[in-house]
Amino acid sequence: MEEHRFHPLVLILVPLLAIFFQAYLPLRFPSVGFLNVPVLVVIYFAVSRRSPIGGTLLGMIIGIIQDALTHLPLGVNGIIDCILGYLAASIGLRIDVDNPGTRLIMNFTFILLASILHVLILRRLLGIHEQWYGLHEVVRAVVNGLIGVVLFALLDRLRQRQ
Amino acid sequence: MLLAVVLAQLLGLAVQVRRPTADNSSHQTRLIRYWVVSLISPFERAFLFVGHGVSHTWDDYVDLRHVRVQNQQLQAELNRMRLEQSALAEDARQDIRLQKLLGFQQNYISKTVAGHVIGTSGTDLSRVVYIDKGFDNGIRTDMPVITPDGVVGKIRAVFPHTAQVLEINDQTSGLGVILTRTRLRGILRGTTDGRTEITDILPDERIQPGEQVITSGGDQVYPSGLPVGVVERIVPDPEQNSDVALLIKPAVNLSRLDEVLVITQTQDTVPSTMQQDVSTSEQRAADVLAQRLPGALPPPDVGPDGKPLNANSPPPPVRPPAPLHPDRFTPGATPPADDLKPGAAYQKQMFAPQSPANGTTQPGRAAQPSTAGSKPTATPTSKTQQEPQN
Repeated sequence: MEEHRFHPLVLILVPLLAIFFQAYLPLRFPSVGFLNVPVLVVIYFAVSRRSPIGGTLLGMIIGIIQDALTHLPLGVNGIIDCILGYLAASIGLRIDVDNPGTRLIMNFTFILLASILHVLILRRLLGIHEQWYGLHEVVRAVVNGLIGVVLFALLDRLRQRQ
Repeated sequence: MLLAVVLAQLLGLAVQVRRPTADNSSHQTRLIRYWVVSLISPFERAFLFVGHGVSHTWDDYVDLRHVRVQNQQLQAELNRMRLEQSALAEDARQDIRLQKLLGFQQNYISKTVAGHVIGTSGTDLSRVVYIDKGFDNGIRTDMPVITPDGVVGKIRAVFPHTAQVLEINDQTSGLGVILTRTRLRGILRGTTDGRTEITDILPDERIQPGEQVITSGGDQVYPSGLPVGVVERIVPDPEQNSDVALLIKPAVNLSRLDEVLVITQTQDTVPSTMQQDVSTSEQRAADVLAQRLPGALPPPDVGPDGKPLNANSPPPPVRPPAPLHPDRFTPGATPPADDLKPGAAYQKQMFAPQSPANGTTQPGRAAQPSTAGSKPTATPTSKTQQEPQN
């Protein structure tokens, strides 16, 4: 499997932009809150670089930055994103994920997993009885999966040519 | 590898270290939150600036259609609200007097700071928003945040140029409220799915959907009387079998916030601006009513002596018309005080009615001057009676 490289600025700016849009766009378009763009970015860079350590660290950093904008304890999204980063990089080592269909299934699975982990952390660690609406989360995973396919195609243009 | 390790340690440090907030309150913010907000908020403010610039240019210079009609509509609405305000002003004054008598302390909003909402937390689980005003603008933690429609939340964290607002529909939020009609008090809390509800309420058939909910002032954070929302539904409380929960629809659309007001100062006397506004409204209401009252008689141009009135002369007194059947209670029928003697019997006086146009008098009645000391000189009829004089 080919390992893709990115300019360091891309690795810094793209996640920041993703977090910024996730925080700003719901003001103007409340339905955008349905998306989870930072998680999609974590998945993309993890599968592209095919480094479990890199994917874990990137997920941790992006997750903690997401937590810092909330008033909840730090680490909720950090735990989720670093798990996703590790799993995505591990899958990227074994499967060719450049195919749009593969990307759709992968994104759907990871977004659904993120939702399950979210509820588990809130209920077991924080004692917050978060409601889990199965159908809502499935639809959310499908929408994010489709958006992810488009986003991944755009981010492919930022790869460094070898 | 080295960079990654250093970065990880830096991150660990930022997570642990708590930085005192700008207002030196007991609430401390972790360094990582401070860094992230300082990094993200300038871009949000820049976006807001550009967006407002474009919209203001469009609204103020290009799209000026219907401005005249809108202005007239707003003027009419303002006149109507001034009438309402003046009608309520006297009730409010009486309420203030009664509160003073009872020793109550009402908090009035005396100073606010307007701010724009520039960002959110990015997740549904944390219902916070960020505004573009911070410590440098006089914002401090636990200050209430409102809009003209109602309560939004309170300041949770303050940064130099930004502040974090905890909305009332967040699961960690709570404020003291009271129902306007039934006067039941409770605590409004947010839920994990972004709704607001009042729990631990005893079932009461008087509570109906549509009842207004306002702040009670009991939490010492929000001034009393601010609109919070309306009762949407009454559901059984899932935690308490004997209680009910009231689902409240917030008065403010919390998903579409743009401009908010932060209450930076309150006082226990009516602010001077409010007093001035009320007096202006009363004056304006009087003018509006004077224009609208139909059938108002114009002031007479001549006085009772037939001479024309000038602008400086006082208006002539208005006298009631003469009664058709005068009696001892008719104005002018009472004898003067000098003619009355203590202990003397009040002589019943018979009064002639006001003669109709043909000059005939009605039978059974006689004309009589009203003096107690003189002999009555009544026209003799079968029903005339005279009391003996002392």
